[in-house]
Amino acid sequence: MIVLLQVDNLVVNYGVINAVKGVSFKINQGEIVSLIGANGAGKTTILKTISGLLKPQSGKIIYQNKEIQSQKAPKVVAEGISQVPEGRHVFSGLSVMENLQMGSFLERDRNQIKQRFAEVFDRFPILKQRKHQDAATLSGGEQQMLAMGRALMANPKLILLDEPSMGLAPIFINEIFDIIKEINQQGTTVLLIEQNAKKALSIADRGYVLATGSVQMSGTGEELLANREVQKAYLGG
Amino acid sequence: MDTLFQQIINGLSLGSIYALLALGYTMVYGIIKLINFAHGDIYMLGAFWGYYVINTWHFNFISALLSAMVVGAASGVIIEYFAYRPLRHSPRITALITAIGVSFFLENGMSYLFSSNTRDFPQIIKQVNYHIGGVLISNIQVLILVTACALMVLLQLIIKKTKMGRAMRAVSVDADAAELVGININWTISFTFALGSALAGAAGVLIGLYYNSIDPLMGMTPGIKAFVAAVLGGIGSVPGASVGGFLIGILETFVQSIGLSAYKDAVVYFVLIVILLILPAGIFGKNVKEKV
Repeated sequence: MIVLLQVDNLVVNYGVINAVKGVSFKINQGEIVSLIGANGAGKTTILKTISGLLKPQSGKIIYQNKEIQSQKAPKVVAEGISQVPEGRHVFSGLSVMENLQMGSFLERDRNQIKQRFAEVFDRFPILKQRKHQDAATLSGGEQQMLAMGRALMANPKLILLDEPSMGLAPIFINEIFDIIKEINQQGTTVLLIEQNAKKALSIADRGYVLATGSVQMSGTGEELLANREVQKAYLGG
Repeated sequence: MDTLFQQIINGLSLGSIYALLALGYTMVYGIIKLINFAHGDIYMLGAFWGYYVINTWHFNFISALLSAMVVGAASGVIIEYFAYRPLRHSPRITALITAIGVSFFLENGMSYLFSSNTRDFPQIIKQVNYHIGGVLISNIQVLILVTACALMVLLQLIIKKTKMGRAMRAVSVDADAAELVGININWTISFTFALGSALAGAAGVLIGLYYNSIDPLMGMTPGIKAFVAAVLGGIGSVPGASVGGFLIGILETFVQSIGLSAYKDAVVYFVLIVILLILPAGIFGKNVKEKV
């Protein structure tokens, strides 16, 4: 198996708080890897560090045999890693179409952009219907789809999803997880962060359990789902 | 009735200058939440540049205007790079005080280098007055209005239709998310300063033509009035800044026309106080989606 991303002994401070204390994990090409853990475990911090929004104190992030821990976000996007941030963060005031255009900001080839539009609209038909609408007027689920569509417009090799199910109605949650599986089947590697551990582990190839800034456990999605401690701590019994 | 129309014409000419300046305030505020108090001084630099190139190199109006826009844009970008960028993550008050410092630096630096005398702005375009139904309108007023409106339309096109314009709007609503799609934040902020300051440079040349005199402190009062215009329109709103600029210009000329010239500045500041009390978000303030 080819390792796409390797995180090595990552330490990240948030101001004076030591949010991530020496975390290591890897993502193989084609996998869905899930990081689960309670609030404050450092999940989002790890994601923001990978995508270049935060700088690590020490440790390495190796992507396709290249160290990227000191690269800024736009460079990381150009390398093929797109993040869908927690809470969607669609651009309000910009139309759905414009939001998607922003997603392929770094792509110069118009034909490529056209083709990605077709793919994204194919995957999210609702976005096509609403393409001229202000992104702020979409429902939570639709905004999540827009945020994912926007990330896909960059044609990433690795997509980082931060709490995609947060605040969504159950029907949307199922839909979103189905879409994640589909995206993965079409060749995009996925790093998924979730508080909805059950859902996340059920679609993940492998998972890591984080608590207070370090990895407590790891295994395949099934193993972790079956694990007593994981069940007790994160799956409600 | 004729006086009314006359004052509206005069007010629109003056107002279009305020509008050009207010756009710079509002765009910079939209993107980095800074009231750039040095903005009025870029307008002064534009006027001085126009004065210099027309006198020394015998530029015509168009080339003086365009080159002043380039000089304005360059000064805006340089000021942002050296004065505001190092303070990007400081408290907002720090950047605000720095902006006032930059303003003093430019005003006094220009006074020191080129003396604080008032100069006559060269009249490259001969003034011709037209009488239209009892209203007196000069070709310079028409030129100012047309130029200002053309620049505003151009700005609107840049913001709405170009990739950089979309990037500006994206950064102003959500800088982190903008970075995550690959937008270079520093570049976009520089671009915003360049656009706003180019308009200020243009306004400097236009006011030189209109009022015929320039001096190193000329940017102070119009700068603050344009700031009031931006607040009136709703700071952060691009259409708001244009509307606010025209309203302030018209208000000022009306106050003058009823014989209260001495109070024309006071009235504008009074408007600021009233707006902050009654309508703090400004006319277009609710319309957050137009924010840049």
